[in-house]
Parts: sequence; C-alpha cells; structure tokens
Amino acid sequence: MRSIFLHLHPLKISEQALRFDRTFGLGGMAALLIVLQIITGILLRFYYISSPAEAYNSIVFLKEQVLFGQFVRNIHYWSGVFLLLIAFLHFLRVFFTGAYRNARLVNWLFGLFILLLIVFANFTGYLLPWDQLAYWAITVSTNIIGYLPVFGESLRQALIGGRELNAGTLQNFFTFHTAVLPFLLIALVLYHFWRVRKVGGIMLPEPAEKPEMIPVMPNLVFKEFIVALVLLALVFLFAALFNAPLLDKANPAYSMNPTKAPWYFAGVQELLMHFHPFFAAFIIPLGVIVFLAWIPFLNFKDTPNGHWFISALGKQSSKATAIFSGVVTVAGILFNATIVNFEILLPGIPAMISNGIIPLSMLLLFMAGYYRFYLKRFSLSAAELVQVVFVFIMVAFIVLTITGIFFRGKDMELTLPWLM
Amino acid sequence: MQKKPPRHLPEESGQVPANGITRRDFFGMVWKALGILAALETAGMITTYFFSGKSKKLQTPKQLLEAGPVDSFGMNSVNAFMGGRFYLARQLDGGFIAISLRCTHLGCSISWEESKKRFICPCHSSAFDISGEVLNPPAARALDYYPVIIENGIVKVDISTLKERKTFRKDQLTYVQ
Ligand code: FES
Repeated sequence: MRSIFLHLHPLKISEQALRFDRTFGLGGMAALLIVLQIITGILLRFYYISSPAEAYNSIVFLKEQVLFGQFVRNIHYWSGVFLLLIAFLHFLRVFFTGAYRNARLVNWLFGLFILLLIVFANFTGYLLPWDQLAYWAITVSTNIIGYLPVFGESLRQALIGGRELNAGTLQNFFTFHTAVLPFLLIALVLYHFWRVRKVGGIMLPEPAEKPEMIPVMPNLVFKEFIVALVLLALVFLFAALFNAPLLDKANPAYSMNPTKAPWYFAGVQELLMHFHPFFAAFIIPLGVIVFLAWIPFLNFKDTPNGHWFISALGKQSSKATAIFSGVVTVAGILFNATIVNFEILLPGIPAMISNGIIPLSMLLLFMAGYYRFYLKRFSLSAAELVQVVFVFIMVAFIVLTITGIFFRGKDMELTLPWLM
Repeated sequence: MQKKPPRHLPEESGQVPANGITRRDFFGMVWKALGILAALETAGMITTYFFSGKSKKLQTPKQLLEAGPVDSFGMNSVNAFMGGRFYLARQLDGGFIAISLRCTHLGCSISWEESKKRFICPCHSSAFDISGEVLNPPAARALDYYPVIIENGIVKVDISTLKERKTFRKDQLTYVQ
C-alpha cells in the first residue's frame, strides 16, 4: 500500500514545488474525495434498491434502521458536493498558473473531460433517491436535452428510456453512476497524475538558479497527509451537522414549486430564464467548453510562466474584469427580468430569434467591445487578454449559478434568499 | 536483471525490398488496421445496443381509458384523470380534448386553476387556456393531447397515442355525433 502511494511521487522534488500556494493541494484533495466517494458509494449499494417502487423506501430504511446509515449517506452527499467544488477550483488554479501549455496540453484536455465526468456523476446520482426533489430536477434537466436540434429528442428518450422518467431511467442512471463513471474516473485520474509526473511535476516559474532538490519522503508526503486529514475532518463535520436532502416520494402528477435544477446546473437554469433553451442549454455551454479546450492551442508569443495571473498587469486586469463582469451579469439579469423581455416585446417573431439570436448577439457585441477596449487601452499580451476573457466568462458563470441557487423563489421569480 | 539476448530476426538480416516496406512493417500495419476495425465494431455494437431498445421499450399497445358518459361533463369544464396523466377538457362549444399533464416547456406537471380558467405550470409559470393553447411563455407549444373517442355516449381516451402540436386547431376536438 505504502509503496503504491509512493509510486505516484518522484523520489525528489524541487523545494519550490512544496509551497502550499502553488497548488493549494487541490488536485490531491479531489483524488482523495473520489476515493471517499467510492468507499461510501459501495457501502450505500448494499442497501439501495434501484426500482421506482423501492428506491425511496430503501433510503428511508437506510436513514432510520441502519446504524450509521444516515451518516454514510451524508458523507457521500457532502463529498460529492466538495468534489465538484474542489475540482472546479483546481481547474481555475491550473488556468491561472498557466499550467496548460505545450507538454501539459494533453493533461488540460483530460482535466476538462474529468471535470465534465464529475458533473455527470453528480447528476446521475441526483436521481437515485427518487424523491420529489430528484424526480423534478431530473425531469427538467433531461427535457432540456430535447431542445437540441435533430437528435435531441431521441437522445433524451434514449437516456431516460421513454417519454417520461420511469424504471428504465433509474436503471440507466444507476448503471452510469455506479459502474461506468467510477471506472472511467479511476482510469482517467490515474492517467492524469501520471502525466503530471511525466512532464516533471507541477508548473513552476523559471528559477534563477538551480533549485534545491529535496526528498518527497517526508517533506511532501507529510504535508499531503495533513491536508488529507483536514479535508476529511471538514467533510465529516458537514456530514454530522447537515443531512443530505430527502423530500417526499416522487409523485409524477404533482410538480414542486419552484422546481430547480441540481445546484451545479443552476447557472444553466438561470440562462434558461433569459434565453431560448437551444441557446441557454446548448449553444452557450458548448461555446464555453470549446473555448476552454481551445485555449492551449492559441499561439501566444509569450508563454504563461508559472506565475499566478502571469504578471502584475495580468493580475490587475483580471481583478478589474472580475468586478466588471459581476456587475454586468447582475445588471443583465435584473434588466431582462424586470424591464425588457424580448419574447413579450416581439410577439410576432419566433422565440428562437427574439429570445435567442437577439440577446446573444447583444451579449457578444458587448464582450467584443470590452475586449477591444482592453486591447487599445492597456498593452496586454495575448496570454493576458485570453485571461481577461476567461475571467469574464467564469465570473459571469459563478454569478449566474449563485443567482439560480439563492435568488430564485416561488414561480422562479427573483427573490431574496431569506424570503424563500 | 539480466538483459535478454536479442531474438533472431531473419528479415533484419535480409534485404529491404525496393518499396521500403519490410515484411515486418507490413504485418505491423495489418495488425494496426485490424485493431482499429475491431475497436470501431465494438463501439458500433455498444452504441446500437444502447440506443435500439431504449425508445421503443415503453410503447404500450393501444389502450382506451373510459372517462365516463358524455353528459357528466359540463361545458367549459375540466376534469383531472391523474391515473391517465391527462385533463379532460370540454370546450364552450361542447368539443372534448384530453390534455396531457406534461408542460411543453421542460416537462413539469401542469395544474388547472378553476378561478382563472387556465392551466398553470408551477415550474416556470407558463400558462395555457382550456384548449391547451399557450397564454404565457416560456412554453412555446400548445400542450400535447390524446385522441378522444365517443362511443354510445361514453367518452374514451386513447392514452397510448400522445399527439404533439404547435397550436390549437378545431379539428383536435371530438364532438358528440
Ligand atoms: S416546465 Fe412548465 S414552465 Fe417550465
């Protein structure tokens, strides 16, 4: 066991790499959480029954009759939440330290793919309790797929095995969640680690003189151990204090008000309030993913160098953009929700144009204007400009997600969290 | 560990043919091609395996649900049949339509609001009139419906055939002959 663990490490690493603010240990934390998910997931499988008639009851039984049943379920729930958050932070860290170019290109792409798989793993797990929360959240989310052109409806029906959620859906999701995704994730994560080693460890700035190499045991391993313990303590604390949600048993005749998508899709759900589904759920997310995958192929003259935010100027422009994007997104949401609704304003035109092409092109024009302004005003390098666009998109995404989770109440109207 | 002695490889000692491809290269390519073919076949098999059974699995044989005698439904009234997943709506002019519960926006279950004489969806507040026509977006299509058959004064609904429509048209209604 010990030798397997040590095998993932080199014998010696640069002293530089040990500084905590290089990585914050996020990648390692994510890996630990995946292990925790697998252990608790296996434990849950001993009690869970994957049929609409039994699924909900088996969870209630687990909660009420099984020693530590509730606790194991809570750990599984919270480590799932933490995993998604930490994987996302890890992705931000890798971007902002510029660890995605040249030899790391492949790992950037694999990392993106792993992030999507983690989202999918969370999503498929969301349905399994078969309570009102799960049933309607998955109904709404899978219906979005139906808006994809040409193959959308058949893909939706293949995924859920029918026109509406049924026993086949549960079986599909259960198989993805407990067989397909765990295997894929384990394989890909190991490969992800191996590639980091292959390119010589984590991204570091070009040192002035040859850095001192020190043995990983105990220097790095000891640190990792502490981070792992703190993380575990945090997850257990959450599991002890906050129960994983479980509402009434799913009732296909009665929708909840409001019916919300799972929290990590709250950003897309918020977009759906402003754009035609084809744009909100397909064009815009796909555009963002393509942009992220495309970043390392851009031909910068200057390569990001392992410094956070590239340079002092890069840091400044990122900060300014973050504030700007936040303000603009909030303003856009309020503007569209209260003052101008294109679909009602232009009733004669198909919703695809009035609520899709028009607002989207307005948004893109706005972003292009901002980009031009930065290009002219400050002499940012290509890498710093890409960073500005990245920050703009990420902050907008985060603001949308927070709005969707905390500021949408009854009838999906905008409200304040304490009025919900 | 000791190094293994190199295997005896005849073609290496022989001459390289004029086109530059040795026998070993050739077999290497054949193996690669076979490997790719096998991978594609497997992928194709898994895809068809996954998709072919899924959408057909739940197609039910023709199934008629008896709603009741014609006279028991007043004009301009709506009755819920939760078991059949529809609302039986009788229009002002006496025409019947069986409206599916499923909202055409993102699939939540609509409910009938008697005071306002309209269907509303709790999820994103779409609204529909008594014929299923959209009154309020985000839903963009009128509600789906099931064909209604009237035999010997009894209203029956064919719950095995769900019909989609863009807007409401008169010919979607069924009248007593
Ligand atoms: S699902 Fe009915 S309004 Fe969105």
